[in-house]
Amino acid sequence: MPVKKKAEAVAVEAPKQQKLALSKQQLFHFLRQMRQIRSLEERSAQAYGQGKIGGFCHLYIGQEAVAVGAVAATRPDDYVLTTYRDHGMALARGIQPVAILGELFGRVIGCSKGRGGSMHMFDKQLNFLGGHGIVGGHIALGTGAAFSSKYRGEDRVVLCFFGEGAVHNGGFHESLNLASLWGLPIVFVCENNRYGMGTAVERTTKVVDLHKKAESYGMAHGIVNGMDVLEVYEQSKRAIAGARAGIPCFLEMTCYRFRGHSMSDPVHSHYRTKEEVECYREQDPILLLTEHMKNHGLITDEELSELERQVSAEIRAAMDAALASPEPDPATVFDYIYKNPIRPGTRR
Amino acid sequence: MANLSIRDALNQAMTEEMARDPMVFLMGEEVGAYNGAYKVSKGMLAQFGPQRVYDTPITEGGFAGLGIGAAMTGLRPIIEMMTFNFALQAIDQIVNNAAKMHLMSGGQFCIPIVFRGPNGAAHMLAAQHSQSFESFYAQVPGLKVVTYSDAKDAKGLLKTAIRDDDPVIFLESEMTYGQQGDVPDGEYTIPLGVGEVKRPGTDVTIIAWSKLVGQLALPAAEELAKMGIQAEVVDPRTIKPLDEELIFDSVRKTNRVVIVEENFKFCGVGSEISERIYNRCFDDLDAPVERVTSHDVPMPYAHSLESAVLPNVGRVIEAVKKVLYV
Repeated sequence: MPVKKKAEAVAVEAPKQQKLALSKQQLFHFLRQMRQIRSLEERSAQAYGQGKIGGFCHLYIGQEAVAVGAVAATRPDDYVLTTYRDHGMALARGIQPVAILGELFGRVIGCSKGRGGSMHMFDKQLNFLGGHGIVGGHIALGTGAAFSSKYRGEDRVVLCFFGEGAVHNGGFHESLNLASLWGLPIVFVCENNRYGMGTAVERTTKVVDLHKKAESYGMAHGIVNGMDVLEVYEQSKRAIAGARAGIPCFLEMTCYRFRGHSMSDPVHSHYRTKEEVECYREQDPILLLTEHMKNHGLITDEELSELERQVSAEIRAAMDAALASPEPDPATVFDYIYKNPIRPGTRR
Repeated sequence: MANLSIRDALNQAMTEEMARDPMVFLMGEEVGAYNGAYKVSKGMLAQFGPQRVYDTPITEGGFAGLGIGAAMTGLRPIIEMMTFNFALQAIDQIVNNAAKMHLMSGGQFCIPIVFRGPNGAAHMLAAQHSQSFESFYAQVPGLKVVTYSDAKDAKGLLKTAIRDDDPVIFLESEMTYGQQGDVPDGEYTIPLGVGEVKRPGTDVTIIAWSKLVGQLALPAAEELAKMGIQAEVVDPRTIKPLDEELIFDSVRKTNRVVIVEENFKFCGVGSEISERIYNRCFDDLDAPVERVTSHDVPMPYAHSLESAVLPNVGRVIEAVKKVLYV
């Protein structure tokens, strides 16, 4: 049986009763967003199978609670950035489904105008600093955004997400050291979905309590059940408040991806068993929140059906609108290489 | 006109730009309290304070990436590499993040950052401290690559690089930080993509940049003049963007070309310049283009071997004689 990691010693612990302090409206928002991500990703998987999406496509199914709970704890002027598994994060940050799907289809309506694709979603207006394709390569960028905030005397915080595979990369360690040394306003969020592609975390490090790595840098840290959106929200809220006061933090959020690493990877291949996947499916973050809301009389079966119907219709409409958008004009192939362009063959 | 060392000219450029724009800051190893490994940033910590001049741990990938993230969010970092040999630790940041961000984001995020520091061989520093990197960086769309050969250009080009909205690789040389030269009084900048004829001539074009202008091209031209050969020395100054027209104008006048660089020969900058000359000036050439480069050898330590690897005045003169058939 797989090791089920539950919340343990949390450096930034919150009282449990805070869960009840969240309004029905807030919980409904969480549920709606998680369902939107799930629906968008399921549609993306279908579209990928139909050849409408090129390249790589890494689905977020199973990890929705991390993006939704953590991003809900930010202010609009805070910065968010993540890895190539970025569709769910983009949606949680507020990028419209049509702009996400448009990017997946390589169309001009895409949030990166069809230049980025699945792995490189950006939105400057929403302070979404991107999806990044090199494992560990973007952690220093987030640290730089936090430096920027402090340099200008602002109190904006950075939420920098990465997978547990990045924790063994120099970029992670160099960034934590600098952030701690200079007291930068950043929360490093490790989405520990247990596998870096097909390599289990136990096969990559002797220190499997990944959050403890922050101790090397004198940084606050904690472990969070990343399948529980309420816990993610609460712990993120506290960590962000600390970061805003100049105390960076490292949160390890234990979660699980229900699909393969990418579209070429089956749901359960030789590196994990069907039983393990089924076991984690019992902790499906959408299921957990739905049960919580039902148990507290916060949602009826009718409201749930209506929500599902709305989300499904919304994503279907977004898909149609994205597919109706044209591909970028080949004549624009040289756009955006430079902000101050070099014009070949011209002087002055 | 003031007579300044290149070190002081670079210092003036940074100081003036930091005084002009509060979003500009300097970061790197030993740039503050130590006054710079080569003293280029001397006095800047005292003048601007620790909120503008940052000493870092030895963590090139970390502070290069931090600089890029700061540039994405509105700052204009100057990142000093103690040498560009160490910047290989940050090559993923420079190539995958700085160069590609503007395109990947559909034009939303530009990266106004300067990576500056010494490039190329100094004196018996052996293999890991002696490489030239112009051709590495010039190959990457999204980067601009700038060199200078005298104090005036050093100051004017560094100020332009700091004001540019794209990532600029600004290549210096520890061998010429002490080289004196006239620098105009008052405010001036030099645009990227505009080269300069450093010595007019009629018989052969010698294309060179960075320290090799002063160390090889001009001394070779003096020697050649004694033999009655008038060499024109053309310094493109910026490798990318490249001032092709200045090169073509000279080639059309002299009909003979020697390209001098410290990069390895294979896929060097001279390969690209040669191709452009062949494409645009084929009928103007009276001889094939000759290239004088470092040999394709990891730099050995011994003086005799280092000298055998690097280009020198003798090899430049030989190449000129070859294209002149003398």
